[in-house]
Amino acid sequence: MSGFLAVLVIVLIFIVIFQIAKASEYVSILKGEKKAREQSNRINGFLLIAFLVLGLIGVYYCNDLLKGKILGESASEQGEGVDTLIYVTLVITGVVFVITQVLLFWFAFKYQEKEGQKAFYFPHNNKLEVIWTVIPAIALTVLVAFGLKHWFQLTSEAPKDAAVVEITGKQFNWLIRYPGKDGQLGRRDFKKIDEAVSNPLGQDWDDQLNKDDFMTTEVHLVVRKPVKFIIGSRDVIHDVGLPQFRMKMDAVPGIPTTLWFTPKYTTKEMKVKTDNPDFTYEISCDQMCGNGHYSMRGVIVVETQAEYDAWVAKQLPQYGLAHPAAAPASPDAPKADSTQKAVASNIK
Amino acid sequence: MSNEATLHSQQEVMHGAHDHHDHEHHHEDSFISKYVFSMDHKMIAKQFLITGIIWAIIGAFFSVLFRLQLGFPDATFPWLESILGHWAKGGRISPEAYYALVTMHGTILVFFVLTAGLSGTFSNLLIPLQIGARDMASPFMNCLSYWFFFLASLVMMTSLFVQTGPASGGWTMYPPLSALGDASIGSKIGVDLWLTSMALFVVSQLLGGLNYISTLLNMRTKGMAMTKMPLTIWSFFFTAVLGVLSFPVLLSGFILLLMDRHAGTSFYLSDIFIAGKALANEGGSAILYQHLFWFLGHPEVYIIILPAMGMVSEVLAVSSRKPIFGYLAMIGSLFAICILAFLVWAHHMFVTGLNPFLGAFFVLLTLLIAVPSAIKVFNWITTIWKGNIHFTPASLFSIGFVSTFISGGLTGIWLGNSSIDIHLHDTMFVIAHFHIVMGVSAFFGMFAGIYHWFPKLYGRFMNQTIGFIHFWVTMIGAYLIFWPMHYEGMAGMPRRYYDISGWSSFKQFGGLNEFISIVVILVFAVQLLFVFNFFYSIFKGRKMTTQNPWNATTLEWTTPIHAGHGNWPGEIPEVHRWAYDYSKDGRDFIPQTEPIGPNESAH
Repeated sequence: MSGFLAVLVIVLIFIVIFQIAKASEYVSILKGEKKAREQSNRINGFLLIAFLVLGLIGVYYCNDLLKGKILGESASEQGEGVDTLIYVTLVITGVVFVITQVLLFWFAFKYQEKEGQKAFYFPHNNKLEVIWTVIPAIALTVLVAFGLKHWFQLTSEAPKDAAVVEITGKQFNWLIRYPGKDGQLGRRDFKKIDEAVSNPLGQDWDDQLNKDDFMTTEVHLVVRKPVKFIIGSRDVIHDVGLPQFRMKMDAVPGIPTTLWFTPKYTTKEMKVKTDNPDFTYEISCDQMCGNGHYSMRGVIVVETQAEYDAWVAKQLPQYGLAHPAAAPASPDAPKADSTQKAVASNIK
Repeated sequence: MSNEATLHSQQEVMHGAHDHHDHEHHHEDSFISKYVFSMDHKMIAKQFLITGIIWAIIGAFFSVLFRLQLGFPDATFPWLESILGHWAKGGRISPEAYYALVTMHGTILVFFVLTAGLSGTFSNLLIPLQIGARDMASPFMNCLSYWFFFLASLVMMTSLFVQTGPASGGWTMYPPLSALGDASIGSKIGVDLWLTSMALFVVSQLLGGLNYISTLLNMRTKGMAMTKMPLTIWSFFFTAVLGVLSFPVLLSGFILLLMDRHAGTSFYLSDIFIAGKALANEGGSAILYQHLFWFLGHPEVYIIILPAMGMVSEVLAVSSRKPIFGYLAMIGSLFAICILAFLVWAHHMFVTGLNPFLGAFFVLLTLLIAVPSAIKVFNWITTIWKGNIHFTPASLFSIGFVSTFISGGLTGIWLGNSSIDIHLHDTMFVIAHFHIVMGVSAFFGMFAGIYHWFPKLYGRFMNQTIGFIHFWVTMIGAYLIFWPMHYEGMAGMPRRYYDISGWSSFKQFGGLNEFISIVVILVFAVQLLFVFNFFYSIFKGRKMTTQNPWNATTLEWTTPIHAGHGNWPGEIPEVHRWAYDYSKDGRDFIPQTEPIGPNESAH
């Protein structure tokens, strides 16, 4: 019923607007076309300049309202470069934005049609064209140069001592695997995947490197220690989005990708910094992956080395879960050369 | 130019036109051939426009539906269940339906409205009229072009009603999600219908595009050198070139996808475990599809925006009573944009694991596009400087176009820079960026075109007051919707999220989402007002009493108010000057058909 009423009200408003519009058309005929034109021109000219002024105030107000809700300082060392670049770009584009919008609406207002005013025949001017070709070109060169500098840093090889975490996307959660004490991830084969026997990643149990790999539900990282994510997908394309660290990388089935960064603050420190006791580093899936896309959430805990070590000590290798009867994996298991190569190609 | 051949073919059409005007009862006048399978470019333009408007209402309505979910995730709307059935059980849109709506909104607006509805309408209407031709090079192909579009529309419409729903993997239709029915309910028959519809659509675009190009290269009236053409025609030319060169690549991508779906191939599929079993596919690359898609996908955004740029240039010059500033620079920048459009596609793929070295070139080329874009903006601003501007709905929408093109274009500089893109990729920032620059701007260009050329289409005017209301609410609404959306993206809030309440990093935007949704509903209502104004004015609008209501110089205003097939009853007028002699030598305007006077100053 209320829906029907709402529609009725909208229709009535439409009719009123339409009647007014229709009437104004007749009035303009009565008043004379010229006078009506002058009047509507004055009103629209005024509205244009009002839009400019209120719009710029609105831009300021909007920023005031929302600036606290966007991310604060970057939580990774690499993200600082991204933030610097954003600020530089913001200043350049901001200046251009204000200048061009002010000119546009100011000119529209100032040169509105007036009795006796003649337009100035001004078809071209090469000097002006050169000026506004060269200035943007210079500004953009600066941005490209800065941008590429950061780009190559962000996409560079991870340091040798970086911790390794494997993140595999599936509909609709993340499978996280740590290499265990040996620091190397074991071989995987998607044909060996079998959830029923606790092997969601298709780990090849013949590979000794797999024996100490453990899987977790949360990613734990050590603060101020570089970490390399090895990213893959089991089904469709996902994307590891790390907004607080300013990082992002697609998870593509069949094609492993990587990213690395160095977290700057522990989760606890961030809770204090952001004044938010519920603060959590989140992994958001950023690539449309199906109906549960919006719920594909992962959690990252950044902690001190001591906390991390205590956490690792509690983790059980997946091998043990998959082979409840078998003895716990021995970290000193012999490593064949061939397996190492396979792993190397697997993890790139 | 083979003038003789051109004149000859024009002569032939002219005879046909004479028959028509002598009111002989000719077989061409049947209802079917005049209104349905018409070969008159003006009628085909109207067909494209009205089909586009119907699609626009559907596409925009879908956005209202999913904004209801986004803005009011906890509320229920029982009436939704009555229209969507089990897709909105209990009055709450299901995730499946949400993603189907999002996907269809994108597909419909990008392809059916802003490609077919925009360049289909105005290329058809204006190319023959503004270059002085009786019709297109091949009126039959032109007719086919519309009917292929119509078929594409039918198939897409059908897909909305199949049991498993329409395609729902996003308008970009990335595999493997779109390739595997097990990955998403929308990837069952929905994607097959989507691909079929899009294939028909590509055929329509190619038929249309080839026709536009050959018409404007070969059939210009005497004296209409390329450099005397209005900028509208130049923009339609580059639009058609972009379409003809890039749509086939898209089609090839679709065919491979279709084969992966049904022929057991592995172009895009590799190492996939889904629905409890590992698939046999190995060795394919899901990223290959993205290359093929964006090779069209990026030129596509220029296919959408160039016609709007052309029409805005024309409308700004006419309503400021000034020549467009820097005519040659405007053509040069269109050309530069057209070339660069083909060289930037991988900027949509910076986070796919693209080789960083290759990515660097795409950064450079992408930011390079800002230069011709900047030239255009400064030229438009200089065009209105020291003008004598008459504010019509068309000229207001043109000014609005420049404003939104600046706002959306500048955020393109953010996203084109790969380092910033890493943070903003696939967030609401991207949504805000492209909706402002190719959604709102392109619509503003289209509205400017509709208001400006409505008298040429129907011999009547649209109601101005409703036009002003339409402009102001849309302009203010567009900024209110999309400006704050940038902040959501800055926080990293991903696009295509059905519900953000479970995320500690994004849930602070619940209130903002609600605000945006309310504005969306308001703006949508005003678009309905425009649609009403449009259809009402076709039949009841104020009648046009003079041939040239805007005092414009271009040729379309030298045709009779209700021009028949063939456009000019007599000879096609000869052209002696460019299209922008406004306020020259103390005269308000000099039509293109007027010979250059002996004492006239050079421009």
